Amino acid sequence: MKRFPYIPHTEEDIKEMMNVIGIDDIKELYKDVPKLFEGELNISESKSEIEVKRELLELSNRNANLEDYAMFRGAGIYKHYVPSAVYQLATKRNFLTAYTPYQAEVSQGTLQALYEFQTAICELTGMEVANSSMYDGGTAVAEAILMASRVNKKHKSLVAKSIHPEYIEVSRTYTESQGLEIELINYDEKTGRIDLEDLKDKIDENTSSVVISYPNFFGVIENIKRIKEVLPEKVLLIVNAYPIALGLLEAPGKLGADIVVGEGQSLGNYMSFGGPTFGFFASKQKYIRQMPGRIIGETVDADGKRGFVMVLQTREQHIRRAKATSNICSNHALMAVIASVYLSIIGREGLKEIAYQNYQKAHYLAEKLIETEKFDPVFEGEFFNEFVIKPKFDLDKFNEKLLEEKFIGPLNLGRFFDDMKNYGLFCTTELNTKEEIDYLISKVGEIDEINL
Amino acid sequence: MKLIFEKSKEGRTAFSLPKLDVPEVKIELENELLRKEEPNLPQVNELEVVRHYNELERKNHSVDSGFYPLGSCTMKYNPMLNEEMANLFNNIHPYLDEEQVQGALELMYNLQKYLGEITGMDAVTLQPAAGAHGELTGMLIVRKYIEDNGYTNKTKVILPDSAHGTNPASAKMAGFDVVEVKSGSDGRVDLEEFKKVMDDSVAAIMLTNPNTLGLFEKDILEIARLAHEHNALLYYDGANLNAIMGKVRPGDMGFDIVHLNLHKTFSTPHGMGGPGSGPVGVKEKLKDYLPKPIVDINEDGKYFFNYDIPKSCGRLRTFYGNFSVMVRAYTYILMMGKEGLKFASEMAVLNANYLRKKLEKEFDIAYDEICKHEFVIDGSFLKEYGVKTLDFAKRLLDYGIHPPTIYFPLIVHEAMMIEPTETESKEELDRFVEVMHKILEEAKTDPEILKGAPRNTPVRRLNETIANKQLKLRG
Repeated sequence: MKRFPYIPHTEEDIKEMMNVIGIDDIKELYKDVPKLFEGELNISESKSEIEVKRELLELSNRNANLEDYAMFRGAGIYKHYVPSAVYQLATKRNFLTAYTPYQAEVSQGTLQALYEFQTAICELTGMEVANSSMYDGGTAVAEAILMASRVNKKHKSLVAKSIHPEYIEVSRTYTESQGLEIELINYDEKTGRIDLEDLKDKIDENTSSVVISYPNFFGVIENIKRIKEVLPEKVLLIVNAYPIALGLLEAPGKLGADIVVGEGQSLGNYMSFGGPTFGFFASKQKYIRQMPGRIIGETVDADGKRGFVMVLQTREQHIRRAKATSNICSNHALMAVIASVYLSIIGREGLKEIAYQNYQKAHYLAEKLIETEKFDPVFEGEFFNEFVIKPKFDLDKFNEKLLEEKFIGPLNLGRFFDDMKNYGLFCTTELNTKEEIDYLISKVGEIDEINL
Repeated sequence: MKLIFEKSKEGRTAFSLPKLDVPEVKIELENELLRKEEPNLPQVNELEVVRHYNELERKNHSVDSGFYPLGSCTMKYNPMLNEEMANLFNNIHPYLDEEQVQGALELMYNLQKYLGEITGMDAVTLQPAAGAHGELTGMLIVRKYIEDNGYTNKTKVILPDSAHGTNPASAKMAGFDVVEVKSGSDGRVDLEEFKKVMDDSVAAIMLTNPNTLGLFEKDILEIARLAHEHNALLYYDGANLNAIMGKVRPGDMGFDIVHLNLHKTFSTPHGMGGPGSGPVGVKEKLKDYLPKPIVDINEDGKYFFNYDIPKSCGRLRTFYGNFSVMVRAYTYILMMGKEGLKFASEMAVLNANYLRKKLEKEFDIAYDEICKHEFVIDGSFLKEYGVKTLDFAKRLLDYGIHPPTIYFPLIVHEAMMIEPTETESKEELDRFVEVMHKILEEAKTDPEILKGAPRNTPVRRLNETIANKQLKLRG
């Protein structure tokens, strides 16, 4: 018999167990199956750990490991610094290999960590309540649109064209089948901010919600307050926020947001090719019963000692079934706990400082790039750590050159916008040093020589 | 214990950054957009953070700390190797050029193939982030299929009353009306009841097989025939795939769509309730409706993201899915190989039947016959001792065992659903049996022990009523 490291059964065990069951052959356990698969799966035979490791190492070596690269690309996933303690703490095996806290008495670690996560998200966003995570930023936006519709029973959402293009796609997929309508709101070509006139024109009695990003996909900081001012009372304002920016920018809750969501990757999570990350989801307390996802609450045990449990489960699919607020069951709890540890480590001052450095480095880079006179500025609106400029040369070719130097250049916005071909979306974070920024700028200076 | 926020003290920090090395500019933002009040995040030093999370970690039960026979959740062991391999891929950005991520793409491509092979499906998407997300994806594929074929009258989805709660919720989210079909006295879908609700207005039937009672739907071929006769699609909820890998393939039984739970069957960690990963496989006729992109290979042997899926049901999440979960599942499949996957299923089923046999004399097994990888105890009989399944479950905690899933499936009163998985040894199962009998004895002689349980846990029984009435959702 072949041995497998993850299966403990010896031949003797199997015999004894079959005896107890009263069978002579494992096959008898499948005698009620009408169509057994007789052949062999077209998968290789089992391998040893050494062989598997070699194979995976070989695969990973065929990817750019961005640890070794200078990174000037963001667009939804960001290379931020992850302090050493974050993963060592958050991925301890009693977190990693635990399930949904169905038995609260032996899940206080999970429950308290997620309760602290909810607290931190409320603090960041300026909202009253938060859930314990969604799959990602895109699904959080989509679920927020659905939630708004449950709150005000209206079925049209006005979504800024300047939110992440993939979030728009996800939102369409989520809402279409439920008879909801999504209409896009233009951005002001001068400022890059949402076009307030266009927004006003498109609001009607069916409008349920307005969705904006803060900062938006172009890096431009929307004025939430001014947007809120033009909205009728019943229309909910959904703000998709970049959490690192909230160290510098006013909390959306203070400016009139009704639901605040976002992609949480930047809070201590690795880029991991885009997943898993997590979505955060917060709102005003009065909407709590319409919120999707798992929520943790504080309580006491039989001795009056503080403890935590899952609450408001009557909204959820395992109780309400077809009438649930959402079908979300497993969320991204581990990623949320990673964020919670991260926020505990960087703390109040750390977040402020990171946000400040992100802002400063991006502004330094933008200014220097414009000074080379090889770029045209695009938007006037203020930005945080990401910005759009238009090179007077072929951006893709430039990026290829940069790559040879282990630099990841900006995203070409042509990927998502037909009218922005060859526009570059640059990003910096606290990890970009002045030295590498200056080097990037010197490469722009060489552009004539490298003859693009 | 205190929240980390309550340990906070002005002036402490666990973090440092290099000094800003670029010349500073004045921040030019409208005053209202500048943060006035800093978020009240903890101010603690590194050792305090370390001790805090170590203390929290100790308050959790996990697969690594003890037996976790949580039915339908498949809490099998998560190999250490999986974690190490996943870490090789942490530093990849989703918007790199395909040229720079050939290794990751090849892994995804191979995983798509393997999962298709295991389930008997022709094409697979790895995009969904969890099982329920896969269900929604599957239901949206159904929606596109009926639209594309002009089946305007198809508005319903049939599912058994023993189905997971996510099934009806997912069908509803995709815009379908849900019709429940009753289980027969043998715990399977009642074929006669099924025929009563099956007509041309049915778009799909959602089944898990083996079902949530751990029983194989013997009439599956007939159900598939009836479904297809009415141009309805048969959907496979892969929550219970761990019982049948290499033994029987959903695709061969007539299923048109499947979702898998990589975190259940393929040994990726559950992470306290996520991240999961819920790939969806489909038969050839549904390939065009998959979410985009999927990973493909061109003539030059280069892997690429294929966005050319004109009838796609759309995009279900940003980027490409839970990639690092995929790496773990891929690692597991390579380690196990075709014979190992099959052996895992056989041993999972052997373990479940062994437990069932060992417990059947003293406990009321809901459907006492050969089961697959899980079975259900009907705890109603405990009433005569004045205790409930809940009390029984709480007492298990005192013995360091995570209780089975309780009060599910809904069709069994006081249900306790037990799934040992293949990674538990005979010795561990014997110990569980011993504890089960011991608690039963306690129930008979001193039921207060059960009602007052647990006692040996970080907190005693928690008051859910107060938690729900006086909502306190943040510190």
